[in-house]
Amino acid sequence: MSQIELALFLESAVRLGIPLALAAMGETITERSGVINIGLEGSIIAGALGGALGAIALEGAGLGLAFGALAGLLVALVFAVFAIGLGADQIITGTAVTIGGLGMTGAVYQVLFGANGMELSVPTLAPVTIPWLSEIPVVGSALFAQAPTAYFAYVMAPISWYVLFKTAWGLELRATGEAPVAAEAAGVRVRVVRFSATLFGGAMAGIAGAHLALAHAGAFAENMSAGKGFIAIAVVALGRWNPIIVLFAALFFGAASALQFLLQALGFDLAYQIFLSFPYILTLAALAGWVGKSQAPAALGLPWEPNR
Amino acid sequence: MSGAISPKRAKETALLGLGAVTLTLGAAAVLLLLGGYDPTKAAAAMLRGSVGSWNTFVSITLVRAVPLLFAGLAVALAFRAGVWNIGAEGQLYVGAVAGVWVALTFTDLPGPFLITAALTASIVAGGVWALVPTLMKLRLGIGEVITTILMNFVGIYLAAWMVHGPLQERRGVFPQTDRIVDAARLPELISGTRLHLGFALALVLAGVLAFVLKRTRFGFHLRAVGASPAAAAAAGRIDPNRVILVTFLASGAIAGLAGGVEVTGLTYALYEDLSDGWGYTAIAVALLGGLRPGGVVVTAIFFGALQAGAGAMQRDAGIPAAWVDVVEALVILAVLGLDRIRAARAGYHRGEEAQ
Repeated sequence: MSQIELALFLESAVRLGIPLALAAMGETITERSGVINIGLEGSIIAGALGGALGAIALEGAGLGLAFGALAGLLVALVFAVFAIGLGADQIITGTAVTIGGLGMTGAVYQVLFGANGMELSVPTLAPVTIPWLSEIPVVGSALFAQAPTAYFAYVMAPISWYVLFKTAWGLELRATGEAPVAAEAAGVRVRVVRFSATLFGGAMAGIAGAHLALAHAGAFAENMSAGKGFIAIAVVALGRWNPIIVLFAALFFGAASALQFLLQALGFDLAYQIFLSFPYILTLAALAGWVGKSQAPAALGLPWEPNR
Repeated sequence: MSGAISPKRAKETALLGLGAVTLTLGAAAVLLLLGGYDPTKAAAAMLRGSVGSWNTFVSITLVRAVPLLFAGLAVALAFRAGVWNIGAEGQLYVGAVAGVWVALTFTDLPGPFLITAALTASIVAGGVWALVPTLMKLRLGIGEVITTILMNFVGIYLAAWMVHGPLQERRGVFPQTDRIVDAARLPELISGTRLHLGFALALVLAGVLAFVLKRTRFGFHLRAVGASPAAAAAAGRIDPNRVILVTFLASGAIAGLAGGVEVTGLTYALYEDLSDGWGYTAIAVALLGGLRPGGVVVTAIFFGALQAGAGAMQRDAGIPAAWVDVVEALVILAVLGLDRIRAARAGYHRGEEAQ
C-alpha cells in the first residue's frame, strides 16, 4: 500500500467521522442528563435542510450552519416537550420525532422544489488547510485540511469534557443523570437541566446535518442523514459517555466506513454491501468488547416528575 | 428503561386512539393547507385509495396491513415485557432472506411442506437476529435500543448483498431474486383479491398472543417483568432474565415471520427495498393498539389504510407520500400526549401524585 492510499483512507475516515462526532458529542451531554434522544436522526435531517435553505437564502455556507443548528434545536424541542415536559416515554417519543423529521423535511423539500426535487445549488463549505499542522506526515492532511466544522468538533471535545467534569454546571448535569431525586433535593432544577442538555444535543445534531448538506454533498437530498443519528447514539456508548473518547469513537466509525477504500486498494474483492455493513458489525463488536454496564448514567431513559 | 406506556382496558385504548386520530387529522389538515394543498382533495383521495371499494379495501389496505400486523405484534409483545426491540426492521429482512432461500432451494418438496419450511426458516432467522442483542443485554448489560438498531443496518445490508450477489436472479441484471415456485406461494384467502393466507395467520397469532398474555403463567410473568423486573424477581420468584430471553427471541421470530409471509404471500421474490420502514411503523402500530394484540389488529389495518391512501394521494392529488410519515409521527405524539394528560388527571382525581 502506498503513502497516497493511506492518506486517502485517513482523509475519508476523518471526513466520514466528523458529522458523527458532532452529533454524538451533543448526545453525550443529553445522555449525561439522563435523557436518551433517539430522535437525533430527526434533528440531523432538519439541520441538513435548514442548513441548505439558510445557505441559499443568506448566500453563505457559514450562516447555513447557524440555520442548521436552529433547525436541529427546534426538532429537539418537540422531543423535549413530550419526553421531558410531559414525561412521555423517551424511546417512543424519539422514534416519532425521527419518523416525523424525515417525513417533514421530505414534504417541505417537495413543497419548495417540486415533486422530483429540482437540483439545488447550495453554497459549499470549503476545506480550510491549517498551516504547519497539515504538513505533519501521514495524519496531517487527513486531520487539518478539512471543513471548518471539523475544527469545531476538535475544539468542542475538550471544552465539553471540561464543562462536564470540571465545572459546577457539569456536576449538576451529571447528578441529574445519575440520581435525579437527590439532585432535586440538592436544589438542581432537573427539568431545566434536561431541557437545556437536550436542546444543546439537538443544535449539535443540526450542525452535523448542515455539515452533510454543505461540506459533503453540496446539496440536500431526502433521507440524506441515512441513519447517522442512530449511529451517533451507538458512538456515545462506544465513547463511554466521555466527549473526548466519543470524538475518537466517531473517528473509529469513520475509519470503519472508509475501510472499503483501503481494502480495495489492498486487493480484497468483497461485495460493496458487505463493506457497508462493516462499521455496524465493528461497532457491535467494540460495544461487546469494552463497554460495561456501569458506564451508562444510572437514570438514563427514565422519565422524571418533580416532587410536588 | 421501564415501560412507561401501560396497557389499558380495551375501552380506554379505543377512546385514546380515537382522540389521537382526531387530533392528528386536524393537525395534518392544517399542515397540508400551509403546504399549499387542498385538504379535502387529499382526504377524498385517501379514502378512495384505502376504503373506496371492497376490492380496494381487501386487495390494498388489508394486504398492506399484513406485515404491519406481524411486526406490530412483535413489538407489542416485547414492549409488554419492557424489552425495547427497535430491531423489527432488520429481523423482518433476515426473515425474508431465509424464507426466499428455502423457497428457492428446496423446490422438490410438496407445496404445504415447502411453505411451512420457508416460514419456519424466516421464524428461525428472525429469532437468531434477536439473539445477538438479547445476549448482549443479558450477559454484558448493553442496552437493546442501540444493539437492535445496529442489527437493523446489518440485516438490511445482508438482504441487499443477497439480491446483488448469492441470490440474485438468474440473468444477473436486476437487484432481486428469482420468483419462487408456485408451490412455495401462500394461497389466496379471498378468491379474486390479492389477500393471502398470511392475513389469517396474523389474526390467529394475535389470538394466541392475547391468550398467552392473559391466561397463562408465562403471560403473567411477562407482564410482571414488564412492570418491574426487580419486583417480579423479589415478590414472584420469577427469573426476569429467562422471561426476557424468551420474549425477545419470540418477538424477533414474529418479526422474521413478517418478512417470510411477505415474500411467500405477496412479492414472490426478495427485493432490496422490500420494507418501507415497516419495522419502525410497527412501533406506532403497537403503541396506538395499546400494546394489546386485539388493538394491534385494529391499528395495523388503520396504518395499512393510511399507506394505501398515501399512494392514491400522490397519484390523484399530487401530495408527496412523505406526508404519511408526518401523520404517523403525529399519531404517536398525540397518543403519548393524551396518555400523559389522562394519567395526570387520574392522579389528580384520586388526590394522588401524578405518576
